[in-house]
This record gives sequence, C-alpha cells and structure tokens, in this order.
Amino acid sequence: MPQIVVENLAKTYQVPIRRPGLWGAFTGIAKRSYRQVDALDNISFSIDEGELVGYIGPNGAGKSTTIKIISGILNPDSGRCEIDGRVPWEDRVAHVSQIGVVFGQRTQMWWDLPVIESFDLLRDIYRVDTTEYLKTKDELVERLEIGDLLNVPVRLLSLGQRMRCDLVAALLHRPSILFLDEPTVGLDSVSKLIFREFIREINKERGLSVILTTHDMDDIEALCKRVMVIGKGQILSDGPLSALRNQISPERLLIVDFETEISQLEGIQAAVLENDGHRARLSFNPNQISASELIAQVSALHPVRDLFVENPPIEETIARLYTENKL
Amino acid sequence: MNIFNNLYVYFRFLEISVRSQLQYRLSFVMLTAAHFLVTVIEFVTVLVLFDRFGSLKGWDLPEVAFMYGLVNIAFSISDAATRGFDAFGTMVKAGDFDRLLIRPRSTVLQLAGQELTLRRVGRFLQGFAILIWAANAMEIDWTALKVGLVIFAVFGGAALFAGLIVIQATIAFWSTESLEVMNSLTYGGVAVTSYPVTIYRSWFQNFFIYVVPLSTISYFPTLAILGKPDALGTGLAFQYLSPLIGFGFLALTLQTWRFGVKHYRSTGS
Amino acid sequence: MSGYRALISARFRTLLQYRSAAIAGFTTQVFFGLIFVLIFEAFFESSSLPQPMSYPEVVTYIWLGQAFIMMLPWNVDRDLQALIRSGGVSYELLRPMDLYTAWFSRAVALRTAPVALRAFPLLLITALFFDLTAPESPAAAMAFVVTMIGAIILSCAITNFISISMMWTVSGDGIASFAPAIVMMFSGMIVPIPFFPDWIQTIIRILPFSGLVDTPYRLYLGHLPASDLGFLFAHQIIWSFAFILLGRWMLNRGLRRMTVQGG
Repeated sequence: MPQIVVENLAKTYQVPIRRPGLWGAFTGIAKRSYRQVDALDNISFSIDEGELVGYIGPNGAGKSTTIKIISGILNPDSGRCEIDGRVPWEDRVAHVSQIGVVFGQRTQMWWDLPVIESFDLLRDIYRVDTTEYLKTKDELVERLEIGDLLNVPVRLLSLGQRMRCDLVAALLHRPSILFLDEPTVGLDSVSKLIFREFIREINKERGLSVILTTHDMDDIEALCKRVMVIGKGQILSDGPLSALRNQISPERLLIVDFETEISQLEGIQAAVLENDGHRARLSFNPNQISASELIAQVSALHPVRDLFVENPPIEETIARLYTENKL
Repeated sequence: MNIFNNLYVYFRFLEISVRSQLQYRLSFVMLTAAHFLVTVIEFVTVLVLFDRFGSLKGWDLPEVAFMYGLVNIAFSISDAATRGFDAFGTMVKAGDFDRLLIRPRSTVLQLAGQELTLRRVGRFLQGFAILIWAANAMEIDWTALKVGLVIFAVFGGAALFAGLIVIQATIAFWSTESLEVMNSLTYGGVAVTSYPVTIYRSWFQNFFIYVVPLSTISYFPTLAILGKPDALGTGLAFQYLSPLIGFGFLALTLQTWRFGVKHYRSTGS
Repeated sequence: MSGYRALISARFRTLLQYRSAAIAGFTTQVFFGLIFVLIFEAFFESSSLPQPMSYPEVVTYIWLGQAFIMMLPWNVDRDLQALIRSGGVSYELLRPMDLYTAWFSRAVALRTAPVALRAFPLLLITALFFDLTAPESPAAAMAFVVTMIGAIILSCAITNFISISMMWTVSGDGIASFAPAIVMMFSGMIVPIPFFPDWIQTIIRILPFSGLVDTPYRLYLGHLPASDLGFLFAHQIIWSFAFILLGRWMLNRGLRRMTVQGG
C-alpha cells in the first residue's frame, strides 16, 4: 500500500485578463474576463513510504500546484489523492501535523528571537509531547551541529546556518513526509554537502519519505534515485534517473589524453567532438559500443596517457527533455 | 483541538511577539511616545470646539470626553491585537499565507497571535487618562454594575473594531486595492463615535447604529452610566446589553473570513 | 534642469497609475469630510455664541481641505524609506544629479499627482451636492492660486526634510511617526485655525504649517483679505527656504556619515 496515492489530479486556474490603457482599466473594473490555465492535466503517481523522490519541471509546469494539493493547502478540481489514509485538503489540520516543509528562500522561524524560541513554539503549535520533543531536538541539533546557534537570533544567522535550523524546525514533530522546496538556493558548497548528507541519512535510517523540488540538478543526482518530470501539467517521466538518461541522452563522453601529439582520429565508433592534438573529447553511444571496447579501439590507434568517462551533465538531459516536449 | 490548548498557544504567540518587540527597546519607547502624542493631539480638537461652542446638543465636555475615552480605549485594544489581519493584504500578496496553512492550527488563531503591537498602549493611556478625568469631573453614581458595563463596553467595542479589520482582511483575498476604504471606516468610526450619535443627521445616525453598529460601544453604554435619557428612546436593559452587538458583529465577520479562506484554497491565488 | 523635469514627469506618471487607490481615496475623503461637516453643524446648532467663522465658511474650508489633502506632507515617500533602510542610498550617489534636488523632484511628483487625480472630482461633487462655494472674489481666487503654489513648495520642502531625517532613525520612523499629527493639527486640517484660543493662534501663525491649509483656504473665502497676500506668501516662502536649507545640510551630514561608517 503506497503512502502517497495521486490519481487523475486536475486543476485549472482562472487568470483575470488585464486590458491595457485607461479605457481598459475602467472596463476592467466593471467586467472581468478570464482565461483558463490548465495547471494540472490529470496526473497520477504513487510514492511508497521511505522513498526519496525528485520532482522537477520548468517554471509554470505545475510543480508548486502539485505540492500545494498534496500538502493540503489547495483543493483540486477533480481527481483523487490519499496520503496515509487521509485526503489532504479535507483533513487539513490532521494531515499537516504529519508533514514537514522547508521553503528554500523563506524561513519559518521567528525573526527577532533566538532559534531555540522558535523550536519551543513549534513544539507547542504541533502539540509535541515534551519528552519526545527534547529527545528529537537534541538528536537533530547534534546531527546538524547547530548547538552553538540555539541562542542566536534568527536574523543574525547566515543562509547556511538558517537552512540547517529550518531543517531541524521542520522535523521536530517527527513528520512522516518531508517536502523540500528549492532548499539549496544560494547556499555555499559546504552547506549543500551537509544538507545532502543529512537528507540521505535521515531518509535511510528513519524511513522518512522525502519529496524534493529543485532546479539544482546536482541535488537530484546526489540524492534521488527516482525522478518525476512534469511539464505543461503532465508527467513526462517517472522513474530512475539512469533510465531517464538512457532514454533521452544515452551518449557518454570519453576524454583521452595522448602520450604524443596526434592529428587524426579515424576508424573508431565514436564522434570526435574536440581534438587539440593532446586531448580529444569523444562522444559514444553505450548501446552500440561499450566504454571498454572504445578504449581498446582508441589505444590501438595511439598510446594513451590518461582517460576518463563522463555522463553528459544532467542539465543537458533535462533541457533536451523539455525541448522535445516543446516546453 | 480543545479550546484551552488553543488559548495556551495564543498566549505563547503573544509572548513571542512581545519579546520580539522588546528587543528594540529604544525604538519601542520612541514609537509609544509618538503614538501617545498623536492621540493626545486628536483630543485637542474636542477641547477647542467645546471651548468655542460651550455645549453640543445637550452634552457638555466631560460627558463627551467620557465617550471619547471609552472609544479610544476600545480601539487601542483592537488596534494592538489585530495587526496580523491588518497586514494580511501584504501577506497574501507575498504568498506567505501558505506558511500558515501548512501548520496544524486555525488561520484565525495564527493571525490573531501574530503580533500584539505594544506601542498602541500610547492610545490606551490617552483614552484611560481622559476617561478618568471625565469620570471625576462628573457626579456619577458608581455601582458595580456600571463598572462592569464600562469593561463590557470596552471589550464589545474592541470586538467591533476587530470585526472591521477582519472584513478588511477578507476583502484582501479578492483584491488588495480597496484597503483604504476599510481604514477610513475604522478611523472614521473612532471620530464619529467619540461624539453622541444623536448629533448627526438621521441617515448618518442610522448607518452607525444599524449597518456598522459602532454607536453601541460608546453612546448607549454611556447613557446608562450617566443616567441620561435617550433621544432615541431606548431603555436601560438595551443600553446595558448593547456591547453584545460588538461580539455578534465579530462572530459574523469571522464567518466571512472562513468563506474567504475556502475561496483561497480552491482558487489558489 | 531637464534631468529633474524628466524625474518629476516619470514619477508623476507612475503615481497616476494608482487609479483604484484614487477611487478608494475619493470615498474616504467624502466620508471624512462629511464627518467633520456634521460635527460642526451640530456644534453650530447648539450655540448662539458668535464664532470666528460662519458655518458656510467652515463647510467650504473643510471640503477644500479634503480635496487637496494629498498635497500635505502627511506620509513619507515609501520608496525612499525602503532605500534608506536597505542602505541603498549610496547607489543614488552614482547618478549625475544633486541628490537633494533629485529627492525634491520626487516630492513634487508625490505631492501633485495624487491631488491631480482626486481634487477635481471631489471639488465637482462637493460643489454640486455639499455646498462648496465659489471664491469670494476674483482677487480672492488669485490669492488662493498663488498661495496654493506656495503651499506645494512648502509641503515638498517639509516632505523632503522628513525623508532625509529617516537617515538618522534606528529602526522606527523617527520624526515621520508624529509629523503627520503635528501637520494636521497646526495646518488647520482638523480644526480651522481661527477656532483655536487666541493665544494659541499667535503661536500657530508663526509656525510654518498654517501656510499649507489655513492660508490658501481663508484667502479663497475672503476671510483673509487678498491684500494680505504679500505677507502670507512671503511667510510660506521663508519657511520653505528654512526647510530646504536645513534639509540640504542634514543630507550632506548624513551622506558623509554613511561613507565613513559604510553603507
């Protein structure tokens, strides 16, 4: 029995049309006309407990609409959704007690007071039993190393520190699902790594389901075995990242550094993207020739000093997916 | 969720708000002083006019000052407690309302607890001082019942003003551009009900008795306390119970608020 | 000069966009004007004591006040406030303009555009339905126009002064938080100046604020003789200069303080 079930979810927005000019402003006050925007076009998916899913798509694709519906904030026009046996928007209070959310750009903590005050207040808001709370809090504080920050007012924290505190804040009430909305925007590399490691651990150890929406493909690559891609209100792809890559951009790169200068590379089952005499970038399709076979071909031509194999950047894959679907 | 737990969380919210504001001690003192000064200046109007004209349709200065004090105390309480609703237009425009919906508490509780604007104590002190002065300047037969009525009227008035702010916030779900109209109703309402409602032309009177029943805060309770006969013919019973209308008004506006939240959750704007 | 003119024009046009705010403001002003008029009506009906102004004169005074209310220095330029708070004032120095004059130009737009939207409909409605009277004489009308110009200049000078004072506030609004109340009270917006006790009037007449409201409207009514125009206009201009000079000095001090302290 999956934890999150979404079936034929549909949502259309009525966007008021603004008419330009002075006359338009007056008629606009009297009579409003609308155009329909289909945000979600009958999408369906299910997520099991303990999965770590990436949810990506271009802006306006329907990502935030989906998240708002599953978190219970927004009602869909039609379709079914059940999370832990509840319908999110019908049982808002009960449902949101079991989920945690981290909004990337905005903190949910209270600005002028020390971090610990926000935590204590959240404990009261979520009605967490005191002993449970202390245990959870101490554990998370130690994990994310924010012990020194507890007495610091939120407004004095750096972005990386704030993100760590926001993660703790979102998990104090031991939710069963964690939503992460663009969590690493503006973070320095160290903070990003801390964040990824933490999410990975907590997902594995606690079986906490995680849904990550982001534009940062490094996050996706590092964390998500499963990726859902949404575009124009429809799910374009849902499955392991490797499968997506294989489907959209299967070619890989072989970069070769030669011992001595080489002018021509011929007779190999690969496209030569670049060759400056010392280093060549070759593109090949692993479905047609394996990496080791190609390496053998190249070495036969000329002595090789060093080489490495790369996947094309995931950004390219995703961009290609968008273009193919005319997004 | 039982009511005691919600009340507890409300007071926790207020505690956080008060402590946040006290972080900026100097600013708080200055703003409170400024607020006190501003509200004192407003009373100067009443003084100047009574100095020139002597009386107002059978009401003298201490009597009107008494009403003025009541209204200002009531308004200051509402003004201090409803900042969350007052600033709701900004919140919904910035998309921050979702942050409240993601929490397992009612939106009313969260908005009501968002801030207890301490500097409004400036207006409270002004109203209180004027009320005490006016009460002393008159020979009132104080009974426990009358004192109770003063408190009842103050809170009924606060509830009424709060109701106006809730309506203002509800409108923001549809349009954030007409907030000024509601603002004029609150501040205008303070000005109007500082004077006996009977001095105005009848259509104006009726608006402030039947449509926006602000006169129930000050006029009717004051009649009962001062023992003045009512030109409109109401009796003591009505006058003692009139603050209930303020509470009823607030309850009604909270229903419209719930309707507004429902609309937001189905259109997602 | 053309740079400042462009600034005024651009800002003016932006402020004209706020049409729905103007409509809402129109309703507010009719409402408040009505409240004041009715309160005065009740007072006049209660007493037969001689008053410094007649009831019809007070009515016109109040409606003129409401029609031109947006001209008063009752609020701060929100954008400037945000700019000063965020520390972005230093970026303003990158522009090839004298900063004080640039900000003054903004004030000119701020004090004229909203009025342009609201004054005409309000004057029309109140003349038709609420007993707004015409100027007492051609001389009175001319004196009114001249002192309105003086009032706008004075208002801009005060506005700019308040804006600049925000550079010294910690986190509250400083002068800006009680300036509106002082302006409203001593300009005559809330109670026409002649109603104040005589000894207070002497003080008020020296202060600058009466030049914003009381002076032009009483000239309009003929309550102040048009022959007083020279003296009254000079009063407005002298105070304008005082605020401008003080404002310039404060701005320079403020900028120097920022470049020393940083941002």
